[in-house]
Amino acid sequence: MEGVESQIAAWREYVVGSPAVNGRDVDELEDHLRQQIADLTEAGLTPDEGFLIAVKRMGNLDALSREFALEHSGRLWKQLVLAGDEETARAASGWFEAFAFAAAAAVVIQIARLAAGFPDEDPTWFARNLSLLVLPFLAAYFARQRHLDIRRWILAATPFVLAAFLVNLYPYDTDSDTEILVALSLPVALWFACAYPFMGGTVRSHERRMDFVRFTGEWFIYYVLIALGGGLLMGLTAGVLGPAGVDVDRVAQWVLPSGAAGAVVVAAWLVESKQRVVENMAPVLTMLFTPLFAVMLACATVIYAVTGLGGAFDRELLSVLDALLVVVLALVLYGMSAREPSPSPGWMDRIQLVAVVSALVLDLMVLGAMIARIGDLGFTPNRTAALGLNFVLLVNLAGAAWLSGRFLTGRSRFHRLEHWQTTYLPVFALWAATVVVVFPPLFGFA
Amino acid sequence: MHIDKDLVAASATPLVLAILAESESYGYAILKRVRTLSGGELEWTDGMLYPLLHRLLRLGYVTTEWRTPPEGRRRKYYAITDDGRAALAEQQHQWVAVTSALNVLWSGSSEMLTAAGEA
Repeated sequence: MEGVESQIAAWREYVVGSPAVNGRDVDELEDHLRQQIADLTEAGLTPDEGFLIAVKRMGNLDALSREFALEHSGRLWKQLVLAGDEETARAASGWFEAFAFAAAAAVVIQIARLAAGFPDEDPTWFARNLSLLVLPFLAAYFARQRHLDIRRWILAATPFVLAAFLVNLYPYDTDSDTEILVALSLPVALWFACAYPFMGGTVRSHERRMDFVRFTGEWFIYYVLIALGGGLLMGLTAGVLGPAGVDVDRVAQWVLPSGAAGAVVVAAWLVESKQRVVENMAPVLTMLFTPLFAVMLACATVIYAVTGLGGAFDRELLSVLDALLVVVLALVLYGMSAREPSPSPGWMDRIQLVAVVSALVLDLMVLGAMIARIGDLGFTPNRTAALGLNFVLLVNLAGAAWLSGRFLTGRSRFHRLEHWQTTYLPVFALWAATVVVVFPPLFGFA
Repeated sequence: MHIDKDLVAASATPLVLAILAESESYGYAILKRVRTLSGGELEWTDGMLYPLLHRLLRLGYVTTEWRTPPEGRRRKYYAITDDGRAALAEQQHQWVAVTSALNVLWSGSSEMLTAAGEA
């Protein structure tokens, strides 16, 4: 039996090496292997022979870990594992493609900046088109990475082409509010447009949608890290070259826009290829900040409800609260996507419920204040956009609170909650698209 | 006879759910039961059962628990849930619809098949 034990240990070590299979899974597989060997030995085979047959029956380990990866898409960035060896080769050459697209984005933004004369002049078309100058490169990078066919390339390009026409053909007034709203909403709408090539054209799959949520969170983390590094570099450059008489501001004018645009693609590439680095960091960050935000939200809700400030939100506070609600929703969504699929609720799920319920109450108060404002002062583009956003958030939070309440009391599965969020994602995209497409004509381009 | 890969994959979920509907069980025993039921015709790659079981767990169709039987190793047992029974009933409807449609066609053409076999 000695020989078999060491063989099983070696086999086990090999299986553990696959990132999609965790320790508990290997225990289960090993148990299976041992029973198979025991049955075969009983039938007259030697343990060694039994081991060989049992391993053979277990199946090709690459295929097996691929199946595990498909099921547990939360454990790692699957695309790397999914295609096996071929993919490893591509990951190595992938950096070249990523940097080519990043460089293209950097050049295009620079040309646009020169044409706009930024920062000496600040024409509104520049702000309005900013996301259109960068995100198509991200979408194209994904389309290349996922080997989309011609039809899907066209489908992926359609939203960008439509947006380019709409945004630039609308005759906005000078100092137009709707124009600012378009500049703010277009990046969101186009980010969702990038989801199509990201998911390889499979928009209906809820698992891939969750992957996109996870990608968004990790991309954000990488982007912030790159921005911090870039800021440090710029600051030190200014410190070193300033005394030498170099006009640091002019250097920054060139480097900053290109760097910021290129980093969009580079961060995406980092998420895809250096998955395991962030995989350890992102859930930790969420675990750290979800409770803190939950406490802050709960306090804010109680304070506003008790002191009666609830009726008298002013404009600035309203926008801060809107931003806060979006951040909380993003945290909850991301925490959900990084959650280890376990059937029973844990303390993180309870904290998330606290955050969601507080956000829900806060959102209700914001909505009340907003409706009062609109009743007093009438509809403006800004108020309508804010009202719509709050309503979209309210429905989402109400659904999430209801389902996670049911999950915590054991009357529903976590899967339902996840399903609700992934089903709801297109609503955010639709709302952003509505602001871009419908609002300007609706309010006479004011 | 070799059963087509897609058919094996499609029948895996109802088979596992139906076996668990009889009584709770664990991976190796489920596989043995599938082999016996199909007279060895249904060839599963053993390992593939586990990702399937994990998917059923995520969907809430089964629950699971590690347990140590009086003599033997710690083992992961699976049991079907109410959701799982509902899903099984749904699958059953679909399979009955498909097989009865095929049966109607094939009972008419069975002579043809036999004739072709003899020719």
